[in-house]
Formats: sequence, C-alpha cells, structure tokens
Amino acid sequence: MTTNTTSQRGAAVHARGLVKTFGRVRAVDGIDLDVHRGEVFGVLGPNGAGKTTTLQMLATLLPMDGGNAEVLGVDVREHPHVVRQLLGVTGQYASVDENLTARENLRLFGRLLGLSSTQARSTAEDLLGRFGLEDAADRAIAKFSGGMRRRLDLAASLISRPPLIFLDEPTTGLDPRTRGQMWDTIRELVRDGCTVLLTTQYLDEADQLADRVAVIDQGRKVAEGTPDELKSQVGSSSLQLRLVDPAHTADAVEVVRGLVAEQPTLTPEAGGITVPLADANRAADVLIGLRQRDLPISSAAVHKPTLDEVFLALTGHGTEDTRPEPEMEPTR
Amino acid sequence: MTTTTTLTPGEPTVTARTLAGARDLPTRPSVRETVSQSLALAWRALLKMRRNPEQLVDVTFQPLLFTAMFAYIFGGAISGSVSDYLPLLIPGILAQTALTACMATGIQLREDMDKGVFDRFKSLPIARIAPLVGPAVADLVRYGTAATLTILAGLAMGYRPAGGLLGVVAGWLLTLVAGWSLAWIFTWLGTVARSAQAVQGISMMVMFPLTFLSNAFVPADTLPGWLQAFVRFNPVSHVVTAVRDLLNSGAVTGDVGWALLGCALVVAVFGTLSVRTYSRKM
Repeated sequence: MTTNTTSQRGAAVHARGLVKTFGRVRAVDGIDLDVHRGEVFGVLGPNGAGKTTTLQMLATLLPMDGGNAEVLGVDVREHPHVVRQLLGVTGQYASVDENLTARENLRLFGRLLGLSSTQARSTAEDLLGRFGLEDAADRAIAKFSGGMRRRLDLAASLISRPPLIFLDEPTTGLDPRTRGQMWDTIRELVRDGCTVLLTTQYLDEADQLADRVAVIDQGRKVAEGTPDELKSQVGSSSLQLRLVDPAHTADAVEVVRGLVAEQPTLTPEAGGITVPLADANRAADVLIGLRQRDLPISSAAVHKPTLDEVFLALTGHGTEDTRPEPEMEPTR
Repeated sequence: MTTTTTLTPGEPTVTARTLAGARDLPTRPSVRETVSQSLALAWRALLKMRRNPEQLVDVTFQPLLFTAMFAYIFGGAISGSVSDYLPLLIPGILAQTALTACMATGIQLREDMDKGVFDRFKSLPIARIAPLVGPAVADLVRYGTAATLTILAGLAMGYRPAGGLLGVVAGWLLTLVAGWSLAWIFTWLGTVARSAQAVQGISMMVMFPLTFLSNAFVPADTLPGWLQAFVRFNPVSHVVTAVRDLLNSGAVTGDVGWALLGCALVVAVFGTLSVRTYSRKM
C-alpha cells in the first residue's frame, strides 16, 4: 500500500498551525513553517520562545496538540516511523551515551540504524576522522569538552546520511573558535545536499548561516524572510562619510540634500557626515555627486542595521543576554 | 538513508520525496529489525555493566549473605535443622534474589531515561520496545549470576539436590525466565514513576509482598486462611514450587506450567503497559 500525501512539491518541512500546550502555557501557539529543500532555515528567538518545542514536534519527539506537519511529503502525526528515517536530530544537550566511548556510541547508533557490525565499525571510523575525534575515540565521554560532545552528537546524527537535519541550538555554550568550526561543518552539510533546520538565539549565527529566518517570540512567529529582508524591514541603512577637509562640510551637505532629500547628521570638527538611506543603492549617487563637486572623501561605509535591532523592532523587547560562559577546550 | 531500509514485500510503505528522488519507506520496523535493535541495546547495557561492576553487588554478595542468614536463623525453627531447611529455602532464595535483581532493572531504566541518550533513541527509526527489551535481555546475566551463586552457596552449606544436575539446570533456567518476566512489572514502574527514588520506593512495596507473601521461606499451610488465598494466587509461589520440584525431585510438575503461564501473563500485561507509557512519554 502506498499512501500519497499532498503538499508543496519542494517543501522539506511544511507545517501549519502548530500548537503545544504545557498546562496553561501555550508554548507553541499556531506556528506555520515552510522550509525549502537545500536551504538552511533558522528559527530565531530568545530562551523559552518555543523554538525547541517546535523542533521536537516536527521530529516526532513531542506529540502535537494542534496543527499538522509534513516532512519531505510525509505526515508527521500519521507516519512517525517514516519521518524518523528521514531526519537527523541533534539536541540542545548532547544526546550521546556517557557510559560509552565515542567509538562505541557511533557503533551503537550504526547498529540501531541497521548497519552490519563491519559497516557500523567503518562508519564510526569515518565519522571520528571527519569530526577530528580520533584521538579521543576511546576516552570516557564524561571527560569531553562541550565542543567535542557537540561534534560527536552531530556525527551520530549523520550516520544514516539523512536528507534533513534538525540542529537545536548547535553552538550554545561553545567558545568562538569552536563555534566557527561548527558553522563550517554545517555549511559542508548543505554543500552535500542536506536541508538544515536550526534554532538559535544568536542573531549573528542566523545571519551567518541561514538562507531564511523565522523570528519566534512567545510561541508565535513574528516575522520571516532572508536576514537581509528582515534587516531592511526595520529602517534604513546609512552612509557614513568622512571628508578630507572639514571646511567642505557645508557644500557636502548641500550635495546630499539635493540628491537624497534627507537631513544628514554631522560631526563637523572631524568632517564626518552620516546620511540615512532608504535604499542602499543611493549611496553611489551621493559619492558621485561629491566627486563631481570636487569634495574629496577619506572614507565611506554603508552600515546596515543588525538583527539585534531587528529583534527589538519586531518584538518590542531585546534578546535577553542568556549567553552562558564559553566553555574552554581542555589542553591536549 | 541507504542503510535502514530493508523492504519486505507486503509491508506498508509511504513515499518520501528525498533529494535523491521519491523513496518508499516502511511505516513500522519489522520483527527482524526489532530483534537486532534490541540486541544492540543489550550490548550497550552489558558494556555499562562492565564499566560499573558495583552494579553487580545485589546479585553477588546479597544471595550469599541471604542464603547463609536465612538458613541459620530460620532453619531450626521451621524445619528442625539447617540441612532440612535448605531444600525448602534455596528455591525461595532463588526467587527472592531474582526479584531483587528485577527491581534494579526498573530503577536503572528510570535513571537512563532521564539522560540525553534516550532522546536520541526516541528520534531514531527503531522499534519503541527495543530500548526496554535491550536492558531486560542484558539483565539475564544478572539473574544468572544471582541464581548460580545461590545454588553454589547452598551446595557449600550441605544442600544436595535430589533432582540431580538436570533438575538443577532446569530450576536455574526457570529462575532466569521468571526473573526476566517479573522484571516487566518494574520496567513499567520505571516508565511511570517520576524519579529513580520513586521507582525504588514503589518497587520495595511491590517486591516485599511478592516475596514474603509466598511460600518462598515458610510452608504455606502455616499461614492464616486469607493469606493462603493470596499466596496461592501469587505467581512467585508457583515459581518457587516449580523450582523446588525441579531441584528436589527432578519432576516437571503442573506448577512448572502454572509458573510459565503466570510469567507469560505478567509479560503480556506489563510489557504492553510499559511500551504504551514509554511511547506516550515522548
């Protein structure tokens, strides 16, 4: 018997009206998500926004209280076992067995995924190599650093080469260097053809990795788009200029007002001019205008709003700084 | 996903649109997959046991201690002498140590379920029962150790089972079967209780009546009538009687049948309940 399910052809994840309640709290309150194939989709929000809960429902780890979802065309509620065959899930807290070594963990998960003993062994070796864990392969996991655990966890999620990977806060608690390595790994996965759905509370992470971002706050989706679209939703870019000769300031202001009809902000003593731009492309017009009037500049920069500003504008509150102390990698 | 799928003709499948094109995937794990997944998880449990040998205290020292203690304390009072009491006592201790070992199954499962690795088990396309069956299979090692040491302690104290080697092996095997079956009661407790301490507390309240309100240590006809009724109903009594018959006369009596039936019933009821609560808890 073959069941055909209907949804958009290209969707890796297609969810409508997801709801999860814990007691009286609506942790997820009607979220729609569409993740296209081959993209990195970021779910961005502060702690407790409902990111992890959403992911867990899509991964069959939590039953949905409302709404419906399809993963690669398969209904999550109806066919959880099929969905599990399509997914690699890496949780917020490393879900590996602390009683086993890294090598034993990978072999165990390989066996559980139906690999023969020899296949499981060679897959484990491959992954240990790829994630730089050969040296630590036979060490107790209790002695692993946060970054090593996270790498092992991700390695375990890749054993079955799943087409879709869920990463729940993949770099929370990692130091900047380890975070950069994790980002590289995620980019590699996408190059190999994986679709990645990740949650993060770090705006720069969404900016760095995600093709598209959904901003979640208090169980609801408050915005969606590419990082650039989100940024352009809140206000404008600005052009920051510095004149070689501060005496030219008045002339320069005249040029700017003639071209973009905006009042620039001045720092006259240093010859600095900040021009608000509704459209970043107008920056070139301003530069050409100054050149034509022979008003030389020493520097020019277009500044875009950060996702932090975006978040504040969208939700009316900032992302509380919940970033924990970075963990240190032990010296080898 | 080149690895997990072994499609059996006739199994229901669902088409998933992966990057490599449409692929038919099974909607549930096959029996063969369930068995191999359970064995993989039994291997994990054995590795854990080897890393934490202190987990084996309850199946090594305890049977030795209890055999000696009970024999010398109750022997004279119940059977007139220690040597006369041993044929009655050893099968009782076998049942008691098996039950104590089962109790640890539930507690360890609860502790395990609170750890991150169980999240991964849940996210994997494996049979929901495998994470419960795996540790249960590995625990056969524990029941085997407990039963062997109890019999050896008895032999050292002068017990000479009339059932001979065959009877002893049969009694030993029945103890293992009973331990594995009754462990499902505690596995179920492990899936419903909120903490390992809670499992321990509730398990004690289940384990003590099951052991002592049976014919494990005293002949049932010395008990008041209402208690005799419970003792007769208690599956542990049937196990004890059956093991006694096997050890002391080598006879396969009707009680062996009743014991196996009782065990099968416990597995059917508590196995089903366990899988249901475990799957719902995800």
